[in-house]
Amino acid sequence: MIADLLHSGRKRKPEPGISDWLTAWHIDLPLLFLLVAVASIGLVVQYSASGHSMDAVWSQTQRIALGLFAMFAVAQAPPDVYRAVAPWAYALTCVLLVLVLVLGDTAKGAQRWLDFGVLRFQPSELMKLAMPMTAAAFLHHRRLPPSLFTIGLTLIIIGLPAGLIIDQPDLGTALLVLTSGGFALFFAGLQWRWILGSLGAAAAAAPLLWERLHDYQRQRILTLLDPESDPLGTGYHITQSKIAIGSGGIFGKGWMHGTQANLDFLPEAHTDFIFAVFAEEMGLLSVLLLLTLYMAIVGRCLWIALRAQDTFQRLLCGSLALTFFIYVFINVGMVIGLLPVVGVPLPLVSYGGTSAVSLLACFGMMMSVHTHRKLLTK
Amino acid sequence: MIFGSRRRRDALKNVHAERDTFTGRAVAAVLFCMVCIVLLVMRLVDLQVVEHAYFSTRADENRMRVTPVAPVRGLIYDRNGTVLAQNQPAFVLEITPEQVKDMDALLARLARIVTISEADIERFKDRARKTPRYRGVPLRNNLSMEEVARYEIRRHEFPGVEVTAGLSRNYPLSTSAAHVVGYVGGITEEELQKVEERAYQGINQIGKVGVERSQEDELRGAPGAKIIEANAYGRPLRELDYRRGYPGRNAYLSLDAKVQLVAEEALGELNGAVVALDPRNGEVIALVSKPGFDPHYFVEGISSADYKTLLNDPSRPLFNRALQGTYPPGSTIKPAMALSGLEFNAVDSQHREFCRGQMSLPGSSRKYRCWKRSGHGWVDMHTAVMRSCDIYFYQLAMTLGIDRMHEAMTGFGLGHLTGIDLPLEKAGVYPSREWKQRTRRENWYPGETLSVGIGQGYTNVTPLQLAQMTARIAMRGLGFVPHVLHSTEDPITKEVRTIESESLPKVVLKNESDWETVISAMQDVVHTQSGTAYRIGRDAPYRIAAKTGTAQVVGLKQDEAAPKEHEIPLRFRDHALFIAFAPAEAPTIAVAVIAEHGSHGGSTAGPVARKVMDQYLLGKVLYDEPAPITVPAPTPRPRATPGPTESTE
Repeated sequence: MIADLLHSGRKRKPEPGISDWLTAWHIDLPLLFLLVAVASIGLVVQYSASGHSMDAVWSQTQRIALGLFAMFAVAQAPPDVYRAVAPWAYALTCVLLVLVLVLGDTAKGAQRWLDFGVLRFQPSELMKLAMPMTAAAFLHHRRLPPSLFTIGLTLIIIGLPAGLIIDQPDLGTALLVLTSGGFALFFAGLQWRWILGSLGAAAAAAPLLWERLHDYQRQRILTLLDPESDPLGTGYHITQSKIAIGSGGIFGKGWMHGTQANLDFLPEAHTDFIFAVFAEEMGLLSVLLLLTLYMAIVGRCLWIALRAQDTFQRLLCGSLALTFFIYVFINVGMVIGLLPVVGVPLPLVSYGGTSAVSLLACFGMMMSVHTHRKLLTK
Repeated sequence: MIFGSRRRRDALKNVHAERDTFTGRAVAAVLFCMVCIVLLVMRLVDLQVVEHAYFSTRADENRMRVTPVAPVRGLIYDRNGTVLAQNQPAFVLEITPEQVKDMDALLARLARIVTISEADIERFKDRARKTPRYRGVPLRNNLSMEEVARYEIRRHEFPGVEVTAGLSRNYPLSTSAAHVVGYVGGITEEELQKVEERAYQGINQIGKVGVERSQEDELRGAPGAKIIEANAYGRPLRELDYRRGYPGRNAYLSLDAKVQLVAEEALGELNGAVVALDPRNGEVIALVSKPGFDPHYFVEGISSADYKTLLNDPSRPLFNRALQGTYPPGSTIKPAMALSGLEFNAVDSQHREFCRGQMSLPGSSRKYRCWKRSGHGWVDMHTAVMRSCDIYFYQLAMTLGIDRMHEAMTGFGLGHLTGIDLPLEKAGVYPSREWKQRTRRENWYPGETLSVGIGQGYTNVTPLQLAQMTARIAMRGLGFVPHVLHSTEDPITKEVRTIESESLPKVVLKNESDWETVISAMQDVVHTQSGTAYRIGRDAPYRIAAKTGTAQVVGLKQDEAAPKEHEIPLRFRDHALFIAFAPAEAPTIAVAVIAEHGSHGGSTAGPVARKVMDQYLLGKVLYDEPAPITVPAPTPRPRATPGPTESTE
């Protein structure tokens, strides 16, 4: 019905084309194309990074497929549904986060997982979706630019789950949840003085935060400053990753010919450090292409946000787009030794289930926003 | 509720403002992303372009392992090109511990198809502890073809077990030339500290004795390298580069394998030594020490039980009698003694002594006897040498005095190192006043001069020294440092380096024609019926100059246990000595033979020398054994000391 509405507003076409069909199914073709392109590159790199394991590629393909299905499913519902659902999703995820702390599985020294027998997932991953939705939905109803009171309330909404995630402890995800909420606030028109002020305050609070960090977290930051100081310990990841990337050069060593990755010098080659494998084997030119694809995704999302029809949609899309960018930036920054080692996967490329599915669901929301536009008179 | 619609009015009111705000923020966001991306790209360019070379090197250092490769050891040939030491393909059974679940069970199953001793297992486990688990550890060397075949058929049953082909040192002459060619064995920790470790990278064997040891630096070659790609755990994956080592130089010895074998065989059941030199340059033609030993035991790594057996063998097979055995030379020194008298002008060749069969020194009642109790009557130098008259040489010794004897006889090469290019040579003793004072802190007694005059007393020389003395007489005074290495050859460029013979100061007589007096007497030893070894020269198509000798083995050291009664006759049997050179007029071979407990020089040691000369000069053994030498098998003997001088033949 909505498709009909859209259709009627457009110039008459002699026959329903592919774009009409796509619109009817709420698919944004450019975005879909970009996402599939990045995911395909990911699968190719995955094969080499996982030690030529077709199993790994196949299982990652299944996850991407599941993610795309989730994306289509999410895209079918109009954005208003998500605005309505947001508070409930938020509340439910917070409950799950509390549950994780109480009875979660422990993996690599941190409690992040909930095991429901069939389904085993990280609720913090869910919060990456719920947070921008909730923040956008909340701000949608407020008078903007936000008053001090609104800002305060928003910060509480953002801070509660972030605190729960920090306790797991999972600093990386907590920061991402914080940022995604923060971006909603930013797009809502948070005054520059508050932005600059809080950045200054954060800088001032850094020493306090330092005290609160776990030893391994501190070590990661120290290692970033001088990776060679501990070449076999924490610095090993960064050193080997830099060697991999640097030795790749402009044209790379060739697919499956990366010695750093294939000879196991590079740790976490198919997960967090997969970008190093890509850079080693494909070289700088391909890296620039991949970054361009990522930027195109961000750009398309911002464009969708600009054309969105209400504040919730704009804030949601803007926040998701920037969060996605932050994912890429933190992962690449970490792998090339610009940022400390935090467990952030490279979106759509790193091996991992929950991340790919939740990420693609986000893009489903953006497609929903873009394809459910009602024609309004200006 | 905060998410409610109470403020919808306000929100609607701000729709346009909010959109404008959002647009502004979106632009800011794009700028922010741009800045971030530029940061990333700058860093990437820095890593992948600016520092690319540095990181490439680092990546290669990560994955490449340089493994040294042992060079091929030089071969050893005799003067005719017969191989004395070579490298043979050998099959080694290796096990990679990492791939084996139950090592003991595997070893038990393997033992059913391949011979595996307790010692093998012990050595294997010891090595396995010191080697990374992914690397193969040898269990057995030198598998036989049957063993390899049995393994190959059932190899699928033995995961982690591998048979690899390598090179193993092999000595075709085995026991017969073991003392001179020597052998290689595993480098010990001690040896490794003495050598330059770089030169031994990848090499696990080193020359232990003989030419293998003395020519170690020539034979070894330079190690090569294999560049192997390994993963982060050090597991080698594939070979990237292979640089061959430079093979060691081949060594051509002056040794004649046929002569060597003839000499060894001619000694028969007797223990002893044979040294044959080319008098014209000091080249060693044969160097035999009997009994020999199988050098291959050492190449493969001798078990401690086998080593003990060899060490405790009473006939001392590991002892190189030719270089290390010191014996009283007995009458074999008489020609040189005569020449010493001439050299110092103490006598002339016409000088005569009357032999009554015995004599005594003035003021002493002790009798010094000639071996011929009835006496030789009037003897001149020629007769004295030919018939080996002791009285003549007692008198000559008295005339010369021990110090002049020492000077002259050491000039012939006795009692000091010859400097041969083989390890572990012994100096022996040719006594002097000074020597006795130094080693025993005693004065010299005139009677001792007499003993030394007939090659007894304190005189102890090696068979090699006797051969060198013989060679010098043969060359009428010219002497050379004996050497076994003739030349070395680069196996690739074929460049040959020939060893220069090193000449020694000539022995000069006042009257050079006197050489012929002594040499003709030596010829008469074997070519006239009144000579002491007449049978030896029989039917010889060339002239031989020779001298027999008998070294008495009497008396025991004070601290030695008294021997069992029934052993006495055997252990006290005299050593038989024989020196010879031929052809007498233009000698090309000089031989010294010692047959331990062989009784009479002429009858046991003589035939050995004759056969050696036949083989060398004629290419075949012409000499016909008059009667088989029957000597009981050697039995344990304590180290004999020369007893009181009484007689030599």
